[in-house]
Amino acid sequence: MLEGLLIGLQTAFSLQNLLMVIGGCLIGTFIGMLPGLGPMSIIAIMIPVAISMGDPSAALILLAGVYYGAIFGGSTSSILLNAPGVAGTVASSFDGYPMAKQGKAGKALTIAAIASFAGGTIGALLLMIFAPMLSSVALLFHSAEYFALMVVGLSAIAAFAGTGQVAKALMMTVLGLMMATVGEGALFNLPRFTMGIMDLQSGFGFITLAMAMFALPEALFLVLKPRVAKEGGEGEIKDLRISRDEAKAITPVIGRQSIQGFFIGVLPGAGATIASFLGYAVERNIAPKEEQEQFGKGAIKGLAAPETANNAACTGSFVPLLTLGIPGSGTTAILLGALIALNVTPGPRLMIDEPQVFWAVIMSMFIGNLVLLILNLPLIPYIAKVLSVPRNYLIPFILFFTLMGAYIGQNNATELLILVGFGVCATALRFADYPLAPLLIGFILGGMLEDNFARSMQLYDGIAFIWERPMTLGLLVIAALLVVLPSYRARRARLRAEGVADGD
Amino acid sequence: MALDRWIALILLGICLIYGYAAWFTMDGSLAPFMRRNPIWPSTFPKLLSIFGIIASSIILLGFEKSEAKEADIDYRRLHEYKLGQAIILLALMVAYALLLRPAGFILSTSGFLILGSFILGERKWHIMVPVAAIATLIVWYLVQEVLGIYMRPLPGFIGG
Repeated sequence: MLEGLLIGLQTAFSLQNLLMVIGGCLIGTFIGMLPGLGPMSIIAIMIPVAISMGDPSAALILLAGVYYGAIFGGSTSSILLNAPGVAGTVASSFDGYPMAKQGKAGKALTIAAIASFAGGTIGALLLMIFAPMLSSVALLFHSAEYFALMVVGLSAIAAFAGTGQVAKALMMTVLGLMMATVGEGALFNLPRFTMGIMDLQSGFGFITLAMAMFALPEALFLVLKPRVAKEGGEGEIKDLRISRDEAKAITPVIGRQSIQGFFIGVLPGAGATIASFLGYAVERNIAPKEEQEQFGKGAIKGLAAPETANNAACTGSFVPLLTLGIPGSGTTAILLGALIALNVTPGPRLMIDEPQVFWAVIMSMFIGNLVLLILNLPLIPYIAKVLSVPRNYLIPFILFFTLMGAYIGQNNATELLILVGFGVCATALRFADYPLAPLLIGFILGGMLEDNFARSMQLYDGIAFIWERPMTLGLLVIAALLVVLPSYRARRARLRAEGVADGD
Repeated sequence: MALDRWIALILLGICLIYGYAAWFTMDGSLAPFMRRNPIWPSTFPKLLSIFGIIASSIILLGFEKSEAKEADIDYRRLHEYKLGQAIILLALMVAYALLLRPAGFILSTSGFLILGSFILGERKWHIMVPVAAIATLIVWYLVQEVLGIYMRPLPGFIGG
């Protein structure tokens, strides 16, 4: 591990990569602050740039920096405007915005920055401990287990989708998997589902799909329904200091939420959003009675909890990506797609084959968090000016960058038409409350899922691998339970609510 | 019928067509030696079509009750939103896709940015035009020189 750390330090501290971290954090903060643009859109827009750099460590460092920056920027707009740019920072506005209204905007931003820093740093430490452990276990996995593990990951994403959403999330996952089968796979050298169209021979472009699923609908939503920023909160940002007592009050909160947030982030499907809401709820419940009343009215603990948890969860979501090659969230799915485009396959062998990528990313997380704390915090009053960029200029630029991203990736104008078409479909799906992240995760995992499935089928000459390998069977049973349990429990709760006896 | 169930109907149609292709038409052209393989190109799609049909039917038939929640944006109030602007912007994107090659990058991009803000209601030409022109040139420089991807800057007849 020490050797790895040194390699990581060496890679991360090269001038190019340092610039990548700083640049990524600044870009992420900048765009993440714009209400309505989430980290997924920003990363999708940044991918063509990252891929054309050609160096996987630098690309991943840049994208991870953007990811952190976006979450940090999102909390700034939550606090100042009560207009969260990112779902993961919605909980930060519960207490952050009241603080800003009381004229304590500077203090709120400092607490958010410190909490984010601590969450991110402790998360990165935990990642350093747990990722090697998990990947040494994962090295024992066979393609049958990989197949089963990916099925577990995909069904967990559906299971965490929320009440009444499981079937929709499942449908989107299957649709993504179906889209992944379009084109000529390496496995069979046979074009499938191309309907004779030449442009589909190589399958759908991953960047185009990512743009169409996230960046385009968000931009269209901004056009359809201009968000009205709520009054107050803006104005002067001053007095960034916090007192010793306040620091003492939030320290245990930060400690608890870093660990809790990290482990929630590790679970597939549960990311920064769930971690931040859960963190807020837990801290409110364990706070003493008189402090509980303060929650929602500008309690510093109520701000520190979600801020710590969402950053720790972001770090945690890298664990399944780096050790198993299975993304647990839309954002890490996009990162996985970018890595595959750069010829790096994340998974348990990543630490052995490309240790510099693995360790450089972890090192850059520390650097990134430091950059956010010491560079962004003093700059926040100036960066916050971006919030006043008129949407009439902003939206054409967002649309242009989505178009450019798809064009650079494929150098093909047909890709732009596919982008617009998918973008319209994705907007309709968003309207109907279908989650889009599972579609992209399914699309990216589709190829690997089928490869591992095919390999196990060939080795066992049929589907016998399912019952001949107990671990595979166990994982598949877990996957089935994950999908069935939420609807079963919802059904029972409903029956009970209707007064129908249900046996026990 | 709510929008999500209409979409489920469309998705069911897609799954049925996909499934039909996987179960009945794909294997026709399979080479005889590949037929002895335990896995065919159609095996995985066949499984997917089954899962897809089940999932879309569950949504379509409303087996899974979802609690009504206030969405951030609601399609039932679509007419209250700026639908016209969104559609014209989409049309502008299509036009950009079709014109990018023939008209060259600089012309089509600055045109896109200017028209985009015009559609959104901006009328300050003295800001719009310089902003669009400068941004276009910067992006062209970055793509062409830094990323090294060739893009024809000017229309073909000028010799770009």
